[in-house]
Amino acid sequence: MQLKMRRGELDSAFERKLHGRYHEMAPNVVPMDYTKDPDVKLPMQLIINMPELKENPFKERIVESFSEDGEGSLSFNDFVDMFSVLSEMAPRELKAIYAFKIYDFNTDNFICKADLEKTLNKLTREELTAEEITLVCEKVIEEADMDGDGKLGFADFENMISKAPDFLSTFHIRI
Amino acid sequence: MSRLPTVTLRVPENTESDGREPSPDNEGALHSSFCQLIEEQSSLVAGAIEMELQERGREPSALLPPPHPMATTGLEPEQGEQHPGYATTLRILANMPSRTIGRSRGAILSQYYNRTARLRRRSSRPSLQQLSLTARSSLRHYDLESDPAHSTLADKQSLLELLSLPPAQRSHMLLEVPLSLEEKRSLRRQLSQKRSTPGLRAHSADPTSPCAWCQDCIVLGCRTFWYRFLALVHTAQPWHYALKQIGGRFGSSVLSYFLFLKMLLMLNIFSFLLLLVFVVALQAAYPPAVASPRPFTGLEFLTGAGSFTHSLLYYGYYSNTTLNDPSASSPSGNTSPPRATQLPYNMPLAYVFTIGASFFATCILLMYSIYHSFGKSYHVGSSTGVLAIKVFCAWDFKVVQRRSVKLQSENICTQLKELLAEQRLRSCPLSLPQRLRHITVLLLAWLLALGTVLGCVVAVHYFSEHMHVQEQGAAAGSAWQQEGVLLALPLIVSLLNTLMPHFYNLLAAWEKQDSPGAEVYVAICRNLLLKMVVLGLLCYQWLSRRVVCSAKECWETCVGQDLYRFVVMDFIFTLLDTGFGELLWRLILEKKLKSKQKPEFDIARNVLELIYGQTLTWLGVLFAPLLPAVQVLKLLLLFYIKKTSLMQNCQSPSKPWQASHMSTVFITLLFFPSFLGAAVFVSYTIWSVKPSETCGPFQGLQTIYQTLKVWVELLEESNPNIAWFSWIPQYLVENTIFLFFLTGVVLAIIYLNIHVLRGQHRIIRLLEEQIANEGEDKRFLIRKIRSIYEHKEHCA
Repeated sequence: MQLKMRRGELDSAFERKLHGRYHEMAPNVVPMDYTKDPDVKLPMQLIINMPELKENPFKERIVESFSEDGEGSLSFNDFVDMFSVLSEMAPRELKAIYAFKIYDFNTDNFICKADLEKTLNKLTREELTAEEITLVCEKVIEEADMDGDGKLGFADFENMISKAPDFLSTFHIRI
Repeated sequence: MSRLPTVTLRVPENTESDGREPSPDNEGALHSSFCQLIEEQSSLVAGAIEMELQERGREPSALLPPPHPMATTGLEPEQGEQHPGYATTLRILANMPSRTIGRSRGAILSQYYNRTARLRRRSSRPSLQQLSLTARSSLRHYDLESDPAHSTLADKQSLLELLSLPPAQRSHMLLEVPLSLEEKRSLRRQLSQKRSTPGLRAHSADPTSPCAWCQDCIVLGCRTFWYRFLALVHTAQPWHYALKQIGGRFGSSVLSYFLFLKMLLMLNIFSFLLLLVFVVALQAAYPPAVASPRPFTGLEFLTGAGSFTHSLLYYGYYSNTTLNDPSASSPSGNTSPPRATQLPYNMPLAYVFTIGASFFATCILLMYSIYHSFGKSYHVGSSTGVLAIKVFCAWDFKVVQRRSVKLQSENICTQLKELLAEQRLRSCPLSLPQRLRHITVLLLAWLLALGTVLGCVVAVHYFSEHMHVQEQGAAAGSAWQQEGVLLALPLIVSLLNTLMPHFYNLLAAWEKQDSPGAEVYVAICRNLLLKMVVLGLLCYQWLSRRVVCSAKECWETCVGQDLYRFVVMDFIFTLLDTGFGELLWRLILEKKLKSKQKPEFDIARNVLELIYGQTLTWLGVLFAPLLPAVQVLKLLLLFYIKKTSLMQNCQSPSKPWQASHMSTVFITLLFFPSFLGAAVFVSYTIWSVKPSETCGPFQGLQTIYQTLKVWVELLEESNPNIAWFSWIPQYLVENTIFLFFLTGVVLAIIYLNIHVLRGQHRIIRLLEEQIANEGEDKRFLIRKIRSIYEHKEHCA
């Protein structure tokens, strides 16, 4: 498989593997030769059918956060971005930024109560009662909100993440 | 992702003197560079407000749409209020620094640059884990909606900032800054273009030291090569796919067991290679004359005796002379042609040095893993926020199978309900009689556990004495009888080690601890206590040689054989435990009880078994140099057997399990009782125990340590110039004052660290208060703005 690409700062073996995966999703559309920087984007439907993402409840949000146009279609660079942030080599701060984007459903740079409710429903597949969901949301905001505006800004989120040593290992997809 | 053009700030690095860190109180000094920009921004914003008020005067019905459909703070809950200044307030709030994270390239670069400025001054590689966010918004960038001219200026400024960095740090910063790949690539392109213009190169590089630039290039080249090598190693990792499979189905908690196994395998391979190269291979090249090799029967793999006794496996095989010594001429005097290269090799010295070096290297590796692991899992701060952490960090993204994902959802749901219930319970604590009952139950359980440990130890002691008597009697019997008697003690010890954990599980079920975390710790404590006390008793028996190996001439080989038997028995019992505990239990549950539940993989028990096996290996390395090889084989087989059994028979654990925290605990347990205990045992043997007279590399000496003393004396005699070398063992190692001094230094370091931690706790509390106060300030200002608008409305 001839692969011609501009060398990025990532290790080329990883990028080559990702290119293989990107290509096999749409072999007719994705070219093998990337030196001319083709403008190819794969739609969200193809990407969320990848085996690594298929069963993830947050798959749409993940793909949307990494897509340039916010609609969910990923170019190859976005694709590499996504899997390199989700790999174990990415630093904690980078992961925190994207985790915040993923959990921010209405993209207002805040995790408000509505975002939390959606997150909880996706996590528990709507097994919790409405009263329990309200209680959990209130408690979470109470615990994590530091400047008292009733929702979590990025600083609050990052501070809370820093207390969770497991974050680096759970926010990780192996490819 | 919308992106707004920005103006980035040049952070002049010479506003503060070198070495003085910017402190939270020193706002004035840092603000001097931002004054101009603050004025610019405030004038622009004021201009925008003026413009909008004028527009409103012309079109009273037009409402400028807010930039984002959101409610800002809790102060404006009424959405229907058609407040004239509402939209403007929203726009101002949307432009606040804290809300523009991740939106613009220059902003991100500038923020990252500011944060790492202090660390870069120290010219060390900034580690993002050590960076702490400052609560002050003054160090963040100011976002401006400005025209394109400003944006190109901003880009140029950010590029200049980047150019002023040394190339190693620049590439590192580009790696870690949170921008998308395309932007990083374009930045690199621009940087390389800019670098080619000589004017800027003179500006950026330090003109007075071209060798500094050379040095940077070399460092950069080495670092790139190292990263490429690491990446290659990373992708060529053994078991990469197997670990992905396990993580995908069972999550990070079960995966941590297999990663621990992999770490032990690497440690053992390292020790084995060291011993192979320096001790085993050379002795194999110069085999000593053996009296009469015994015939090989298959039983040797189990007992380690028989034809294995006089083999490379044990201590007794190794010679106490210098191998390949050119000065040892034949007594008859016939002239043999001298060989061209004859390098003498002092076997006893090599033996003791290699064992010492492998222990020292293992110690360093373990301490490094503990440090690394502690850095990831321990933080300074409050312990609240459990629920928030559970919501955001509990979902394991590695899990990809549908059934496992469903299970994970159910687990998280259960854990959230448990946490809510726990918090409800905490608000109404137990009454006094209930608490007393709880405490008595706990005390009873602990007394029972300690009693069983004592009972097991006494049982092992009497059993070994009984077996010794039997051994004397069976010496006349058949080979099978002899071997059978040898295997009895390891069998009993392994049986106890396998059955007692189940008993402790029953005890824990009766006890009913408050939190599942405490349950795991208590179980680990009890199991570890049992294993270590039994091992301590066995070590005492081996060294005192009153019961075991008392009749043998070459007692070290005998002890080595005993340890070999213990390792093999441990492996057999692990297999049986996997077979009965998991396979049979699953069959029973499926066929007899007809339930869909499968047995759970008990992580703590399995890890403790690994630690026990590794302790045996470390204890036995001195007496059986090939024992690490046996352990390597055992771990390889164990990986595949455990993985197969896991996939077929088990389900993922339902209790919460903090994987990284528990990994730290396990590595610490591996270091503290296990490795240190083995090191103490080996040191004591080398220091004070008299080796046997007739076999092994230390025949005839008083202690093994004497080899070193003899060698140092020889060195002194042969070359008086290095007489200072003998100073080292005499004053450093044998003198107790030096050891006291070392202990004092370690204690002082621990004391200082405790005080530093306390100080950090206090600072965190102060910073949290400051953040809350700034939130209050924001609300106050918004209220003031609204009142100003209302006032203007009234006047207009």
